[in-house]
Amino acid sequence: MTNPKRAPKSKPSSGAGSTAKSRPQLPKSPTGIQGLDEITGGGLPKGRPTLVCGSAGCGKTLLAMEFLVRGATEYNEPGVFMAFEETAQDLTQNVASLGFDLKDLVARKKLVLDYVYIERSEIEASGEYDLEGLFIRLGAAIDSIGAKRVVLDTIETLFSGLPNPAILRAELRRLFHWLKDKGVTAIITGESGEKALTRQGLEEYVSDCVIVLGHRVTEQVSSRRLRVVKYRGSYHGTNEYPFLIDADGISVLPVTSLALQHIVSSDRVPTGIPRLDAMLGGKGCYRGSTVLVSGTAGTGKSSFAAHFAEAACRRGERVLYFSFEESPSQILRNMHSIGIDLQSWISKGLLQIYASSPSSAGLEEHLAMKHKLIDAFKPQVVILDPMNSFVIADNQIAVKAMLMRLVDFLKARQITGLFTSLTQSEGSPEQTNVAMSSLIDTWLMLSTIEIGGERNRTLCILKSRGMAHSNQIREFLFTDRGVELRDVYVGPEGVLTGSARLTKEAENEAAQLIRNQEIELRRVELERKRTTLEAQIAMLHAEFAVQEVASMKIIGQETAEKAQLAQGRVDMGLSRNADAKPDKSNPKKLKPVKPKSGNSKSSAK
Amino acid sequence: MKTKPAQSAQPKAQIKSRTASRKAASSHYILKLYVAGQSPRSVNAIANIKIICEEHLQGQYELEVIDLYQQPQLAQGEQIIAVPTLIRKLPPPLHRIIGDLSDTERVLVGLDIQRRA
Repeated sequence: MTNPKRAPKSKPSSGAGSTAKSRPQLPKSPTGIQGLDEITGGGLPKGRPTLVCGSAGCGKTLLAMEFLVRGATEYNEPGVFMAFEETAQDLTQNVASLGFDLKDLVARKKLVLDYVYIERSEIEASGEYDLEGLFIRLGAAIDSIGAKRVVLDTIETLFSGLPNPAILRAELRRLFHWLKDKGVTAIITGESGEKALTRQGLEEYVSDCVIVLGHRVTEQVSSRRLRVVKYRGSYHGTNEYPFLIDADGISVLPVTSLALQHIVSSDRVPTGIPRLDAMLGGKGCYRGSTVLVSGTAGTGKSSFAAHFAEAACRRGERVLYFSFEESPSQILRNMHSIGIDLQSWISKGLLQIYASSPSSAGLEEHLAMKHKLIDAFKPQVVILDPMNSFVIADNQIAVKAMLMRLVDFLKARQITGLFTSLTQSEGSPEQTNVAMSSLIDTWLMLSTIEIGGERNRTLCILKSRGMAHSNQIREFLFTDRGVELRDVYVGPEGVLTGSARLTKEAENEAAQLIRNQEIELRRVELERKRTTLEAQIAMLHAEFAVQEVASMKIIGQETAEKAQLAQGRVDMGLSRNADAKPDKSNPKKLKPVKPKSGNSKSSAK
Repeated sequence: MKTKPAQSAQPKAQIKSRTASRKAASSHYILKLYVAGQSPRSVNAIANIKIICEEHLQGQYELEVIDLYQQPQLAQGEQIIAVPTLIRKLPPPLHRIIGDLSDTERVLVGLDIQRRA
């Protein structure tokens, strides 16, 4: 039930949907120009004329020429270039620098160059005329090579060369119909006018597809722009896209396609600083993630970047290093001083340093340049040092947009990006970069702590998406072997760094020593006590022995005395004729006598 | 088509040129008219140029009418855009007159036969 309901609903918007594949689409003629085919969803409308307009020097002729050359070389569609402004020879020379060999194409019957010469002073008009000559001429050229593509550059020249604009208009309208009938894909170029897109209002006639080229100068930097104003029967990107003309022709950047559908990797990339890896969940950052190293001046951002680069090279990965403040040789020298030898990786072809001044081109051009270099070198790691040198005056939003697109581009290719960012020393370091924060996966913040008359460098991980990471602020040092993280000492005032840390370390050592000594002292004392005690015990023993002997002697004497006394009493009884009775009781009575004797003994004592 | 008017014009030119040689010996006119088939403008132009030539250049001109449909490659070689186009090859400098040549005054100015008013 829902399906039939949905289908008609989605139809009007079918142009913008990604499901357009399944629906019949306007046939398109790929331009072969990098990026333009993506914006237009496959190229220019096949068999229809397209108007390319723009001011002088914005690249109309070049775009048209590249369309023909790519068509001839890549899509096997021969083309006719009808030039109204430049001679065939000039054209050939002008595009030779882009690697287009027009002579060869002409010789191979892939291209016809026809220069239309119009000199107003030589022409007199008498009565009505038409442009049948142009039609015949173009028709002959098309038929001679079976052309599928036609360029008319710039047909508006006719208005200055021929009288009676009314006739021209009618004839041009006829020409565009005729081109459609011929089934050729045509580009008609036009100079931009003041009120309309073109001076002569060509957009009235060529209404299938209109592309506007232009320049924009911001902060004294000019960048080229391209915009698809109109595309009948097809969806198209509506934004203004930056484009570049360089040694390989035109490249347009359809980079605002923030689909956020990158495939992510759970692969980890070590940072090149082992103890930092330990802080980042033990393994470093994710492949394809974006790492930001921010910090104030002189905190060692570039050194971290160099470490990262070196570690990647060591793994056999390619690294593209964009430097916007230092020249390559300066980077090499500086990094050599902390024991990072980047030169050897450059020699091995794993590292490329590309230095350019931020003001050398517009933001978009920089971005385009980066895209090109990245596509050419295919690195696994890209370093931008520093990224915020692009920020001039109030263009922060533009810079963010550019970086966002760059990040998007890198992520789509699973390239790990490391950006450094200089933050201002005043204010909160997180604040100045807040605009960037959302783009960043792992953010290392470097800062200096000023205590006790010195500045010491510290590092902390502000955030790191998708991993358990350390929350400690760590001090690091530059050594001959690069950046080294130190142990943490936390004192009452916070983390101890520099001399304070060294003092603390010394203090700790001293305290340890004292403690050891105390323990030793106690042990000795204990030993002494034991010895004393044992000596006392021995003395008591000896004393006791003496007393015992004396006591035994007395006891012996008294026993003897008692026995004598008892004997005496028995003898006395015998002498007094005592009977048996007292005899019997006598032994009983004798017993109490004994204690008596004992008593006497003790009394004797 | 191309040769017919030329042939008809040429004998006249040859005959008249002798008689009129004293008048314009130095200015012998070679004219080429490029047309496109039998379009009304083309037919008009052919008729008009013949009249003008007979009236003003009697005996001192050669006229060739060329149909671009028959020889399309000439359009590029002769830098033809508009049709009809009349080209004065000789005497130099080269002049082009476009249109159906209905404005005789302008044709004469264009051919340098008559000074601009």
